[in-house]
Amino acid sequence: MGVRDTVNRGRIVAIERPDVFLVWVLGAALVVDLLWGLATGGIAFSTLASNVWDGIMRGLVIGLAGIGLSMTYSILNFANFAHGDYITAGAFAGWSVTYLITGFGEYDLGALVLVGPKSNVTGTIIGIGVVSTPLAVLAGLLVAGAATIALALLVDRYVYRPLRDEGGITLLITSIGVAFALRYLIAFVFDSSTRTTAGTTGNPAVRLNFVDGTVRVSSHDVTLVVVSVGLMLGVHYLLQRTKLGKAMRAMADNEDLARVTGIPTERVVRSTWIIGGGLTGFAGFMLVLWKETIRFNDGWLLLLLIFAAVIMGGIGSIYGAIAGGLIIGIVASTSVIWVPSGLTEATAFLVMILVLLFRPEGIFSGRSTA
Amino acid sequence: MSGEPSVTDKFETTPDWQIVAVVMGIIYLAYIVSGFLIGFPLRGQINAIGNLTFYVAVFAMLSLALNLHWGYTGLFNIGVVAFMAIGVYTMAVLVKQPLSQDPTAQIGGLGLPIPVGMAAGVVVATVFGLIVSLPALRLRADYLAIVTIAFSEIMRFTFLETSIKTFTLFGTETGLGGGSGLVFNVPAPIDWLTSALYVRGPYLDFVGWFGTTLGIGNPKAVVDNLVYSIILVLVVVAFYWLLQRIGRSPFGRVLKAIREDEDVARALGKDTDWFKMQSFMVGCGLMGLVGVLWMYDQGAINPNNFRPRLTFYAWIALIIGGAGSNTGSVLGGAIFAALLFQGPVYAKNLVTTAVGSGSAPQTFAGAVAPLGNLDPGPFAYYVLGNINQLQIVFMGVVLIWLMHNRPEGLLGHRSEEAAAVDLTDRPVVSDGGEVDE
Amino acid sequence: MSETAESDAAGDAESPSVAGLGGGSPDMAEYPLQVEDLRKQFGGITAVDGVSFEIEAGTMTGLIGPNGAGKSTTFNCITGMYDPDGGTVTFNGEDVTGMDPHDIAQRGLVRTFQIARELSDMTVLENMMLAPKGQRGERLWQSVLPGTRDRVIEQETELVEQVWDALEFFDIDHLASERAGNLSGGQRKLLELARAMLTDPDMLLLDEPFAGVNPTLEARLLEHVHELRKQGYTFLIVEHDMDLIMNNCERVIVMHQGKLLTDGTPEEVRSDEEVIEAYLGGQA
Repeated sequence: MGVRDTVNRGRIVAIERPDVFLVWVLGAALVVDLLWGLATGGIAFSTLASNVWDGIMRGLVIGLAGIGLSMTYSILNFANFAHGDYITAGAFAGWSVTYLITGFGEYDLGALVLVGPKSNVTGTIIGIGVVSTPLAVLAGLLVAGAATIALALLVDRYVYRPLRDEGGITLLITSIGVAFALRYLIAFVFDSSTRTTAGTTGNPAVRLNFVDGTVRVSSHDVTLVVVSVGLMLGVHYLLQRTKLGKAMRAMADNEDLARVTGIPTERVVRSTWIIGGGLTGFAGFMLVLWKETIRFNDGWLLLLLIFAAVIMGGIGSIYGAIAGGLIIGIVASTSVIWVPSGLTEATAFLVMILVLLFRPEGIFSGRSTA
Repeated sequence: MSGEPSVTDKFETTPDWQIVAVVMGIIYLAYIVSGFLIGFPLRGQINAIGNLTFYVAVFAMLSLALNLHWGYTGLFNIGVVAFMAIGVYTMAVLVKQPLSQDPTAQIGGLGLPIPVGMAAGVVVATVFGLIVSLPALRLRADYLAIVTIAFSEIMRFTFLETSIKTFTLFGTETGLGGGSGLVFNVPAPIDWLTSALYVRGPYLDFVGWFGTTLGIGNPKAVVDNLVYSIILVLVVVAFYWLLQRIGRSPFGRVLKAIREDEDVARALGKDTDWFKMQSFMVGCGLMGLVGVLWMYDQGAINPNNFRPRLTFYAWIALIIGGAGSNTGSVLGGAIFAALLFQGPVYAKNLVTTAVGSGSAPQTFAGAVAPLGNLDPGPFAYYVLGNINQLQIVFMGVVLIWLMHNRPEGLLGHRSEEAAAVDLTDRPVVSDGGEVDE
Repeated sequence: MSETAESDAAGDAESPSVAGLGGGSPDMAEYPLQVEDLRKQFGGITAVDGVSFEIEAGTMTGLIGPNGAGKSTTFNCITGMYDPDGGTVTFNGEDVTGMDPHDIAQRGLVRTFQIARELSDMTVLENMMLAPKGQRGERLWQSVLPGTRDRVIEQETELVEQVWDALEFFDIDHLASERAGNLSGGQRKLLELARAMLTDPDMLLLDEPFAGVNPTLEARLLEHVHELRKQGYTFLIVEHDMDLIMNNCERVIVMHQGKLLTDGTPEEVRSDEEVIEAYLGGQA
């Protein structure tokens, strides 16, 4: 496949250079427009900074969840459409614990475990926040990771493993089934309403002065930055320094080769789910902590943005996933300068489609992804 | 090879049409019998059959259109719903009455005749198919999947967008309605059709006769529903005819070859990009038509009718029936509609009619807690109350099961030979070159 | 049986023709295929490095070389699967460099694949019927509209006969209704050759047509190729098996590390010092 892809790529660039050119011109025009707006005061520096900050927050979540998707995409060779619902599953598992620890004894047990469905047991009322209840948040985060790992392994064992030798499309279709089952099972158990998980009481914020205004930075923003950067560094260490990491990278590059050279692939696959699932669960918990609401389709709604990030960064590359996540997050958040706010996600999807058309191998790496 | 042939063997040798007939018979019988057992009034019974037929037809159509993309050409389109939406939105904007004529409407239209709107819906869906296919068909299957689903979400966000809720087109104020959607302030399908065919009077007489004969009060809604469903069944027949003709032709043969190995088709001199584009456009046009026929009957459209979920429904239907087989597509559409789409709701209605709706607990916790006291009642009521969610869980499980146990679906493994002539036997050629058909 | 095609090729006038819809034997320039200074790079690796050769009409030429010599890449560049980075490919006097594979195939330069790529879920008959050029029914509207469909059926009926003749010629008529995926390796190679012939080509590029074929089938395949060559078809064959090429080709082209090493008769190549060193050395 690799060679043919390269050829197709070559052909696309060769034949459609005018299109590529057009995309660059459009991009340049937007940059010029942005600079012009900033220079003339049409766009406030602080507004732009707020948008970018918001985009970075989104991007960190997307990147964190994207690492897992990227790893399974390259090692198992299929686009896992259930990945978004792993995020949701992790979030609910984690927040269930956070609610339980915070409100134990004071509130109805069932309401706490189910993250306050149809009741006034909300995060705001029971006073959740990284400052007010740091231990409950930490415990929830860890449980989110652990639960998602368990879920990913369970699903792999009973759903994906029997199909290991089938093509990527069979697995993709199967993962759509998993996504459906999981999402609506969560809705069935935890209810389909939107809940508020944290409020300003537990989440103090500061307004930083920036040129012509202020940028709001909350304690949950800071937590998100610390947790995700820490996790990303951890993964980096794992992949670069450990034997397991080397095996995983080898398998991402060429599964057959890895098999021939004797890397026990099922073990590598399991490790992939463990690392990817863990990060995904953390991402789910952090997403909810940051945006302060939870709903059964949170992960699904994020999935396409994660795909966008992963493809942009080059499938199989964890650094690409992180960078892609940040770009997609920032694109979505800053696009409000030009497009109506209802179309910010659409803009991010459009960017993804353009990347797929013009640089399907990702914008950072030149290596084959198939 | 001894003893009685097993059920599977029997199934493998039964002709397709017999399987379809038997399955349809079982479905309808099951609906009718359970309706009687519970004591549905005749009106409800007829209405249930009408609804069932409606969904059997639309899912058969969707499945057939998708089969052209995936079963024949191997194009992994998971943006089906976008083309349905494009079709029906186009129609709505064109046929809705202008504000000058219906000032009470939120959004005006161009007031064009309904057939024009329908045709335009199909054409615009086809054109969007072309636009998407131009760049996308060079992509690998999984990338095409991501592009098409992203496209369908882009379209949904666009329809939701408030800034184009209203706009001016050819000097007439119209729009896409944003989150509140569009209402068809034109006659309902059957009303329009009977007037257009100048049979309004006889039709109303028939409805009256039908009502008095069977003792049904206010029969029009029920009869309209049933008649429209039957019309849709005829459209399914037309879809099937068209797709069989496409499939059983040199054109279909090239599509099949592209699905199997595009490089080979190209090495044999086939311009595969062009074939894929045509296949994609025709399929998208048909999906647009399904959108028109489905949603026009609902009387109103809303962007959130067009969530990716609907695309996956079409996929499940196709996979049940068997990708690659048009007969299988119809069968899959019928089974999906009867068992997975309408079935759980119907079953819920049956059960609630039988045992009453009870007081369902508000939350899962409220449902589970009484289980400790060996009281399954609340849990059962909770299940009934949330059947819509469990139904989708069930669909997901069915999809997983199929991919594990029967990825080729019910009829997908049967070869439908892609040729305009029968290939089963060598033509007996006399010296005159005569060939038996 | 309609024996429409006249075998007017040099030599054997008795052999049955398997030409496609057009019928008849190829009519070609003296040197149908001319490759000049062909170059192809992948990343930093030069796979084909300035290769030039001409193929004479009605001959069978072998292209050999050790693994990684660039034979397959050369093939893919000639047939449009890859876009060459430099050089030209001329077929029947027309520059076909960088054309799409289907355009090149349409012009009569048809290839087979190293690993036989049968369309496994289609029957042998379907496989064969796909190949002929100029099928009316490949136009969507012609296949669908009532008036035109009759003519499509007419053409299909003719086609079926032709396909059966070809199947007979290649001794695979007993497999006609078999799914191509169920064929043995050798039968697939036969099917691929038969299918390529039905496109009515002027010249055939066979990529390792004998790899993985048992000796009996190999002999049969060779027989067919020789017969077709006598009818006037031109062959360029990439092959691993040295002896096979030496015994059957009039001319042998040797590639090594992306470059052309030698080009001559089997005798000349056999005695070439460089070839012996680069290719035969280890084995001899």
